[in-house]
Amino acid sequence: MKTYAEINKRIEAGKAVVMTAEEIIGYVEQHGLEPAAQEVDVVTTATFGPMCSSGCVLNFGHSTPKIRMSEAWIQDVLVYTGLAAVDVYLGATQLRHGDPANMYHPGEFRYGGGHVIEDLVAGKTLQLFALSYGTDEYPLRELRTYFTIQDLNQAIMLNPRNCYQNYNVAVNDSDRTLYTYMGVLEPNRKNANYCSAGQLSPLLNDPLYETIGVGSKVWLAGAQGHVYAEGTQHAGGGPRTERGLPTGGAGTLALTADMKQMRPEFVRGVTFRGYGVSLAIGIGVPIPILSPDVLKRTCVKDRDILAPVVDYSNDYPQNTGRVICHVNYEQLRGGEIEVDGKQVQVGSISSYKKAHEIAELLADEIRRGEFLLAEPHAPLPPDRTMKPLPRRPEQKP
Amino acid sequence: MFFFPKCECEKPIIYHLVKDHNLKVNVFRAKVTPEEEGYLVLDLTGTEQDIERAVDFVKTFNVTVNAAGKGLTWDPERCTHCGHCLTHCPTHALYIADPATREIAFDEVKCIECLACIRVCTFNACASAF
Repeated sequence: MKTYAEINKRIEAGKAVVMTAEEIIGYVEQHGLEPAAQEVDVVTTATFGPMCSSGCVLNFGHSTPKIRMSEAWIQDVLVYTGLAAVDVYLGATQLRHGDPANMYHPGEFRYGGGHVIEDLVAGKTLQLFALSYGTDEYPLRELRTYFTIQDLNQAIMLNPRNCYQNYNVAVNDSDRTLYTYMGVLEPNRKNANYCSAGQLSPLLNDPLYETIGVGSKVWLAGAQGHVYAEGTQHAGGGPRTERGLPTGGAGTLALTADMKQMRPEFVRGVTFRGYGVSLAIGIGVPIPILSPDVLKRTCVKDRDILAPVVDYSNDYPQNTGRVICHVNYEQLRGGEIEVDGKQVQVGSISSYKKAHEIAELLADEIRRGEFLLAEPHAPLPPDRTMKPLPRRPEQKP
Repeated sequence: MFFFPKCECEKPIIYHLVKDHNLKVNVFRAKVTPEEEGYLVLDLTGTEQDIERAVDFVKTFNVTVNAAGKGLTWDPERCTHCGHCLTHCPTHALYIADPATREIAFDEVKCIECLACIRVCTFNACASAF
C-alpha cells in the first residue's frame, strides 16, 4: 500500500516508476501483480475525441469607456454574457451567426464554438463584437475589437462533461444515410462507429472511481487541470460486467484548466456534417498505484471491455433503450464486428493514436517531476442512474 | 492532374490522347467550364514513350501537367487519426499504417477522388483542389 504523499515524493525526486495503461498490461503479466504494485507508482491513461459539453470562461478586461456586455460574439459565434460585465462563456457546440444549420440537409457546419476555442488556443487574432444597453457606470453600447488569448485576463476551460467512461457503437438500421454526432452512418448497418480509447481510457482503468474523484489532477490538452465535479449525466450505477466494467456510458468528469497553457494540437474544432460543431480535446489522467487492486484494474484489456451496439435511426432518437448486442474493443479496433450474423465495417470517432501520445507525454512529465498528483477530496458517486426528461402537461394552479 | 488555364477548354484533348497517342484514359474527375479555368484528373495507360509524347502534346495547349499529384489532398497535420474515414473510403486509399497506434496514412495512387473523405472528415483534413 502506498499513499499519495509517498508517490508525490518519488515524483519530486525524479524516481517515480510510470507506465502507460497499455504498457502496464504486459508488465504485470511478466512480473506478477504484487511485485509490480510495489514497483510501479503511476499508470497514465488518456483519451482524445469530440467532447460535447465543453467550453470556456473568458475575461476581457475593461475598455475605455467601459461596457457591460449584454450580447457578444467572437468570430460571429454567440457567447453567453449573463455572468458579469466582461465575463463570457463560449460553448463548443454554438453555431456561427447566420449558419443555415440543417436548412439544406445535411448541413456543413464549417465553423462554430469548438473552432473558436481551437483558434484561441492556437494564438490567432479573433474578433469580438459586443452590444449593451448602456448604464451609468458602463456607458459604451457597442464594441468591435480584435484580440488574442494573451490579451485576456483569464481563459479558463470549463467542461461540464468529458471523458465518458464507455460509449455506444452506433449503427443505422434504416434505409437512408444518417448524419449524427457519431459520424456518417450508412444505411442497413453498412458501417458502425465507436468512440472510446478502450484500454487507455481513464475511467475504464479506474472503473469503480477508487482514485479519480473531485479534485484529481488531470492533463487537459497539455495544461495541468483538475476534476472540479462529477460530469453531467454521470451515471455510474448502470449494468457492469463481473470485473466491474460498465457496459454503457456510465461515469463522466467535469474538467477545468488554464487555456493559456494548452497545446493547440490537442484542442481541435469538430464539424459533424448534418449534426453540428463540437470540440475534440485530449485528456490524460494519472492513476496512482495505491494498492495491488488499483493496479489490477489498470490492466484492463480491450477484449474485456464491452460496448453496446445501438441503432441511431430509431432506438437512439426515440429513447427506447434497446441495445442490439455488445461487442468488445478488440473487435472494434480490428475494424470489423459481427451484428446479428452480419459483418459490419467499423470506423472510429476517437483517436487512439492521440490518446497513445497523450499517455506517453503525461508519463514523461511525471517522470521528470513536473506533474504531481492530487488526492481527491470527494469521490464520484458510484450508484447514480440517468434520469429521463418527462414531458408533463402544464399544472393549473 | 491537368490544369487548364482560361480558354484552352474547347479543344478535344482526350480524343487526341486516345486516337493519336494510343492511350487508355480513365477520367477520375473533371471540371472544365468554357471561359473559366479547369481541372482534369485522369489515369493514363500506355507505353512510356506514348505517355511522354502525349504529355508533350498536352503541354502545347498551355496546360499544366502535374504527373504525381491528385486533385485530392490529405493533410497529416490536420488529421487526428480517428479513423472515421476508413469505412467510407472505397479503395482503402486512407488506411491504417500502424495497427498498434492506429496511425492513418493516405495512398494517393489508390485514390479515385470520390470525395467521400471530404464529406465525412470531421477535422477538415481532406481537401479538393477544385
